[in-house]
Amino acid sequence: MATVTLKPTKVPELMFEGYSITPDAFAGKTAAQIAELPGHEGKIHMKLGDFFEVSGNAGETAADTDIVIAGDCTRVKYIGARMTAGTVTVNGNADMYVGGWMKGGKIHIKGNMDSFCGIQMEGGELLCDGDAKNHVGCAYRGDWRGMKGGTIRIKGSAGNDIGTFMLGGTIIIEKNAFIHVSTHAEGGTVVIKGDVEGRVGGQMVRGEMYVLGKIKFMMPGYKKVDTVEKEIDGVKATFDHYIGDLGERHPKSKGQVVYANLYLKAAA
Amino acid sequence: MPKLIKGVGCPYCGSSCDDIEVLVSDDETKILEVHNACIIGTNLFHHANDPTRPKLPRRRQPDGTMKEIPYDEAIDYMAKTMLAAKKPLIYGFGSTNCEGMSAVARIAEKSGAVLDNCATICHGPSFLAIFDNGYPSCTLGEAKNRADVVVFWGCNPMHAHPRHTSRYSIFPRGYFTQKGAMQRTVLSIDPRETDTAKLADVHLMLDQGHDYELFDAFRTVLRGHDIPDVVAGIPKETIIKSVEIMKNAKFCMIFFGMGCTHTDGRNHNIDAAISLTRDLNEHTKASIMAMRGHYNIAGPGQVWAWQFGFPYCIDLSKGTHAHMNPGETSSVDLAMRDEVDCFVNVGADAGAHFPIQPVQHLKKHPFITVDPNFNMASEISDLHIPVRIAGVDEPGVVYRMDNVPIQFRAVIKGLPGVPSDEELFNKVYERMCELTKTEPIWLAAKEDRRYPESEAVI
Repeated sequence: MATVTLKPTKVPELMFEGYSITPDAFAGKTAAQIAELPGHEGKIHMKLGDFFEVSGNAGETAADTDIVIAGDCTRVKYIGARMTAGTVTVNGNADMYVGGWMKGGKIHIKGNMDSFCGIQMEGGELLCDGDAKNHVGCAYRGDWRGMKGGTIRIKGSAGNDIGTFMLGGTIIIEKNAFIHVSTHAEGGTVVIKGDVEGRVGGQMVRGEMYVLGKIKFMMPGYKKVDTVEKEIDGVKATFDHYIGDLGERHPKSKGQVVYANLYLKAAA
Repeated sequence: MPKLIKGVGCPYCGSSCDDIEVLVSDDETKILEVHNACIIGTNLFHHANDPTRPKLPRRRQPDGTMKEIPYDEAIDYMAKTMLAAKKPLIYGFGSTNCEGMSAVARIAEKSGAVLDNCATICHGPSFLAIFDNGYPSCTLGEAKNRADVVVFWGCNPMHAHPRHTSRYSIFPRGYFTQKGAMQRTVLSIDPRETDTAKLADVHLMLDQGHDYELFDAFRTVLRGHDIPDVVAGIPKETIIKSVEIMKNAKFCMIFFGMGCTHTDGRNHNIDAAISLTRDLNEHTKASIMAMRGHYNIAGPGQVWAWQFGFPYCIDLSKGTHAHMNPGETSSVDLAMRDEVDCFVNVGADAGAHFPIQPVQHLKKHPFITVDPNFNMASEISDLHIPVRIAGVDEPGVVYRMDNVPIQFRAVIKGLPGVPSDEELFNKVYERMCELTKTEPIWLAAKEDRRYPESEAVI
């Protein structure tokens, strides 16, 4: 494994679109070649070298390349977007589209992330030690095919629109979330370990949701069917099992109507 | 002899009333009387008579005062500023014609700008829901002729669209609705008792910000399932009664407004409303329509979607493709995140309509306003360029709230020397081409639109 270290040298005046910061773009390049990779600040064509000091050469393939950003990327978009293998570690915050459309590899953000992280993700792992803003693992505007695979784990809280139009994969929010969890989803699993304001599973066709805290406003289209013992992400508990969204269309499988399942931790 | 001009379009709200009659002076420079329009529309026409209307661009001086400058200088400043910016933002277009919107697209492309319109703080979320879920809509004529149940969800046309209820939704006698208001059942869903709610047969005073849950409850009842005793502050019986009214309608028309698009959930509220409309169509005929605010705010959606594939929040900074993602490329978000370094406000008032923080961010950079009148944005601008008033002294195509194009006419002669939006933007585009030593490309649907009235206008 070869490690490429990017040290931020300048804060972009606008936002820097660092769509080249992926192991795929770096693979097979020397530090000097990596510094020449393109990016955008508004309409201006920039180079990675304009904002980062690059050290270390990349591995032969994306899978052999580790990228470490030794500093804050609050104003850098598209880190690890569309990557297929390798790792990216950011020792600070990151802006929008972290791991968007990613197919494989691993991203670790040690600070907070902005919106649209992991949108349309198809595989790989996205880990964030801080909070994420809105549209975690969501679909791009107008696309009915959202996140298809992979894992997103946010150790802090997240905003609204988590896993909209989700088809597969797992999203784990270790603290709280605001509104709209798995809206329109047709698969996948969302685990929220804290509290949610509301709108959990609106218009959801199928898929699983686990809420270990409280839901302040329950969707009227969910009906409690039973109480079950389940283990999810290392937590074993008794859950109230709801099915829904009864207001939405639902397909049939083997003669049975398929509903989305919401497991809400039962009050002790 | 004063002249009475009939069949004039009103440049105020999304109803775009086209039955206005305007009495103008013999020399066609003064508006004397306005018939049929609401009080706001009437005043809008009379504004054109204002002798203090700006006739020359004004540029802010180092001491903070505004000084009148010639048009050529203003065009030069605008072209240079936009070319020098890394990412200019062009916002507005609620109150101008489609010709202007089409012309501004050239300078947006040339300067790598973000092109946005008032929908971004208005019905933008409706677009997102339409992308996600479709738009089972109709024209206002159908609403007038067929709808016997009218639902106003989060909108108050009695104030925002004063003639909407009399021309299209509650009172008019249509082909299948010959008894007018007597035949129509009106539902209002609003957390406040608005004047529209007072007119309604049933008013559901829901808890503010819980429209999504209520839509879901409507849909759940419609599919024959049980719901909790109270949803969003509305008792179950009232919800069931309202669903029955909608289900038993011959034609159910849902109008929705800012109460849905700009409360929590935004596009998801509309998304659920569209799903409800689709569900209702299993039982009866139902249709849904956005209560668009300005008379031509549907226009940029039509024009730019044809030009770039997206209706609003269009980021053209790459030069190779358009990118659209509200939340990132929407005006207020761009301003809040300091992502733009030049602001052009056209036919709208960002100074009055944006929250204060984005305006503070935008003010760090060059701020240009193109508007026929003095407004809050023009007064904080570095450059204010006056233009003619579309629909009053400048003709043009506008799109009504139901996306029906209407040709608006000019009722009076424009102020001498003052260009239309289209003429101004074409001049700016030409200047940009001169500065960048490139050939202007005048691809247009109608080639003769380049200088519609006269070469010597400026």
